[in-house]
This record gives sequence, structure tokens and C-alpha cells, in this order.
Amino acid sequence: MTSLEVTLNTGRTLRQGQGKEYGKLSERYWKSVAICEIDPDDLKKLDLTDGRLVKITTESGSVLVRAVKSVRAPHPGRVFVPYGPWANVIIASKTHGTGMPSFKGIQAVIEPARTGEKVLSLEELLHAHYGKE
Amino acid sequence: MTIVSNVTCPGCGSLCDDLEIEVENNVVTKVKNACGMGEARFLGYSAHRRRKPLVRKNGELAQTSLSDAIKETARILANASYPILYGWSNTSCEASRVGVELAEEIGGVIDNTSTVCHGPSALSIQDVGFSTCTLGQIRHRADLVLYWGSNPWSAHPRHIERYTNFTEGRFRRSTWNKYLSSLSSYRAERRLQRTTKLAEEAHARQPEKKPIDERTHRLPPALFEKDRKMIVVDVRETRTAAIADYFLQVEPNKDYELFQALRALLREEELQVESVGGVPIDVLEDLVDVLVSCEFGVLFFGVGLTMSAGKLRNIEAGISLVRDLNQYTKFIIMPMRGHYNVTGANIVSTWQTGYPFAVDMTIGYPRYNPGETSVVDILSRGESDAALIVSSDPVAHFPKDAVRNLVQNPLIVIDPETNATSLLADVVLPCAIAGIEVEGTAYRMDRVPLPLKQVVKPSRTCLSDEEILRRILREVRRIKKRREVVANG
Repeated sequence: MTSLEVTLNTGRTLRQGQGKEYGKLSERYWKSVAICEIDPDDLKKLDLTDGRLVKITTESGSVLVRAVKSVRAPHPGRVFVPYGPWANVIIASKTHGTGMPSFKGIQAVIEPARTGEKVLSLEELLHAHYGKE
Repeated sequence: MTIVSNVTCPGCGSLCDDLEIEVENNVVTKVKNACGMGEARFLGYSAHRRRKPLVRKNGELAQTSLSDAIKETARILANASYPILYGWSNTSCEASRVGVELAEEIGGVIDNTSTVCHGPSALSIQDVGFSTCTLGQIRHRADLVLYWGSNPWSAHPRHIERYTNFTEGRFRRSTWNKYLSSLSSYRAERRLQRTTKLAEEAHARQPEKKPIDERTHRLPPALFEKDRKMIVVDVRETRTAAIADYFLQVEPNKDYELFQALRALLREEELQVESVGGVPIDVLEDLVDVLVSCEFGVLFFGVGLTMSAGKLRNIEAGISLVRDLNQYTKFIIMPMRGHYNVTGANIVSTWQTGYPFAVDMTIGYPRYNPGETSVVDILSRGESDAALIVSSDPVAHFPKDAVRNLVQNPLIVIDPETNATSLLADVVLPCAIAGIEVEGTAYRMDRVPLPLKQVVKPSRTCLSDEEILRRILREVRRIKKRREVVANG
């Protein structure tokens, strides 16, 4: 299956900011953070379209989120995931002596999700990674 | 219906204090003057709330009384040998103050969310100092605004409107109308493109978005005018970049190099490379001219600098650039603080312990060594044996390895809302929301304290987090006293 090496940035979006205020358990929050903004040309390379599922893998693990075609392209090789539980399961905890993990500028690989794979809900994600819910 | 005026918004570090909230039967019905995030804060505050305390029994969270939940919390904290107390940025300074007292009493580590936002900035400021001012000064005087690694349009939506380019200052005009005109002409051009057969010709007139190394080497003339100007430096074109007079795209993790290149060019040194961080030297030379020729410049920097490679060194380079620029003109620098009272958490921690975050009280006096005493590192090493989280959601925002250790040990959450952390907690103490249901004090990103108002009354079962913390502290002291009595026979 085609995959692409990219630089991953996580960060704030207005929708994420609104979503968290309407509740971390709300659909609005979930829909605003379990996404990955990808350059349109990179989407084509992966044979993906807007709204399909994409798997992001870093040295710390993998997560499935929904691919979103970036409206501010071009930015080939750079993807963006809003802050949230989905982004943070693939962030390394190393802080290089500063207390701050690297939430930005992370080397990652993106690839289309396999058939049958789905984006986990918040409860499912917590259960899968931390064994509690 | 009642209208509460001049309400301070507990949304982000901009702390807009001009909100008007309409309340009917103790429910917020309308929010005026707020951004999308602030409006959501006031309209969505009652969704996903828990009103009664919970304690985990046989793997399930079960309702309990407040006094039982407080006793259980005090028992966990008093028995722990290396507890962490984390959060504090989404609540009032008054709650933080009690938190520091509690940390001292139980011999724990108290850290706030700046550890994963502007902690590196604090380290740099301690290293090299910084020149700053209030947002009021910037509003009235700044003619050049740089947002570096920061996207206020999304994270601090009214920052530009209230404090920088889109505000009417005493000595500086707003550029809002100029922006609207440029937007109209852009839309007109788009319509033209769609409705005429001249699409190709019109497209040729548009500046083509090319990779950075093929960009034009000249900066737009607007940057050399006396009016207010905005420059955005970022790794991607954000919404803020789209409204700036100039957007400088830097390669990820290359901010440090860019700052140092600008400093070298400012000293009129010649750089033996064609580009730095993906930006041609010609552009940087022009940029230095713009920086030097302003009358009052301000560099707002965001977590784009603190969270990428270099971290505190990026900030140190940024502060040094601003210091160098002050040899030529007036220039200041300010971090764009995210949580509404993260500045307050730093300030309370500093005046109580001497340090702004990551303070370790385990040996009886405050010790500060971020990288060692910071919460993510403690959790990653698996050293803590209990945690108290106040108004924060580290399960959603910490790296996975840190969260694993956080949830393995007893976890207590004091938070108005249900979130990922409270779902995994062992004790949940729902509280009233500071700035909506209870009063308090918060510090704006420029370290100006502002009062938080009570807009609606809290549920009778929800005390303020300050009061809950006081009761926990009293209970901890009671337990310790009992132990002393037993130990002394």
C-alpha cells in the first residue's frame, strides 16, 4: 500500500477550541480533532479523497483519523492534526531536558486505512491505549 | 432577564473583558462581543457536566457524598510519597494559591499547563530576560506586529481585533477597512475569473503560490508604509497568515536558524548561503530593513516555537533579536498564552515558591529543575504515585507514555466538566466554573490582573475548586495530626 513520509504538526484550530467548550464528549469535539489536514497533491499520491480514513504512524505509535483536504495548500509533505487525544497517542514523551514534549515538527508516515478499520471514539481510544474507560 | 456587562471571558489568554451576557432563569441565553470560542464557553458550560462527586469502586465510578470524596482524596494524597498536582491554568489565582499550600503540606510536585505550552519561554526569559509591555501600549502605539509560530485567528480570535492591527489606537489607525477592501477586491477578482473567459489572464496576475525558494525576493510595499503592518512567520499558511501583509513560510524546526540569520544580518554580516530555513537571504535582508524601520514593533510568539526543535533556544534567539533591534528602534516581545489564566498560574507559583512551574516540594522546600521536576518527565519515568488534576485534561493532551503512568496510580480530578481525564479518574470532584459561576482573579497574557465575574449561580452541589481544595487541605492536616498523635504515643 502507498505511504508517504511527512512532517506532522499538531496545533489549535478554532473548531477544536469551540468543540472542547461544547464538551469533550460531544460529537462536535470528536469531529473537530480526529482529523488530519493533508495537501491535495499528497492526497492524490495516496489515492485518498477528502473524508476517507488515514493512518498516521510515528515512532510512538499509530492512530486512525479522517483525512481532510487542506484549503491552504500547497504544503507538500506537511500534515496537521488538531490537539486532542487522537494526536497525543502518537507524540513521544521525550522532553530533552525542558519538560516540553515535541508536539510539532515530528517525522511521520501516512497511509490509507485498511478496509474495516475505523476511527475510535474517545471511550474506545482510552480503552485501547490505557485499558480503562 | 438580566444583562451582565463587562464580563471577563475565561476562554483564552486574551481575557477580553467587554462581554455582555444575557441571563434568563439562571441560564445564559445570549453572548455579545465574544469570539466563537468565548461564545461556546458561555453557551456550552452546562453540557457534559457532572454535579455530584464520584469515587471508583470495583472498577466503576459511583456517586458519593462530597465529604466522602474529600476524605478519600485527602487519604490518597496524605499516603502518597511523590504526588503530582497539575493543571491550574483554567481556574482562578485564588484556587492556585490553595494548590501551592496543599503541595507544600503533602510534599508534592506542583506544575501547571505552561509545562506543555510556554514553559520553555519561561526558561529562556530566566536566562536572558525580555523587554515587554502591556497590550494597551501595543494597541495604541505598535506599527509593526509579527506573529511568529502563532495563529491568533484560531487560538486567540479577538487578539488582532482588540490589541493589534484591527483595533483603533490613540496613535495608530485600524487596518480593518484596508483588510475588508483587499477581501472585496479578492472576491471581485474571483467572480471575474469565474464569469469571464479571461480566467487564465487573471490567474497570471495573481501571485502564484510557489514553494518558498521560488518566491519573489521582494517584500510587499505595504510593509514599508507608516501604517500598521502585520507579518506572520509560520511553517504553514494559517488563517492569520492569510490576513497578514506578508507571510514568511519557514521550514519546520528551522526557526532558530532564521532568528540567528536575522540577527547576523542586523549586524551587517554577510551570510555565505543562499537561504536559511527555506527563506532566501534577499527576503531576510529586506525583512531586517522592515524591522529596523518601524517605530514600535512587537513580536508575539506562540507554541510553534516552544513545541518544535530548539524549544527554549528558539525563544532565547527571538528575545535576543528583539534586544538587538532595540539598538535601532522600539521593539518588544510577548508570548501568546493559551489557557485563560496560565499567566496567573505562573504568577501565583512564582510569588509563593519563587518558580513559575514544575516546583518540587518533596524535600520540604521548593526545588525547580524542568526536565526533572516537570510533570511529563516525572510521569514518563514512572516516579509519581498519585495525581491531583485541577481544571485540566492531561489524558487528552499529554503523550501516551506519560498518560499510561498517570492512570496507573490513584488519580483525582477537580473539574467542572467531564473530560478524558475524569473518565479515567478514581475520584471526581465536580466544581463550579470560575468566571461563569464563581468570581475570582485571572491574569491576561501581558500580566495584567482582571476580575472574573459570576454570571450565573452554580448548582448547590458544586462548590468552587478553591473551597474544595481548602477542605482537602484541612482534611490532610487532620490526618497528619492524627498520625503525629499516634506516633508520639
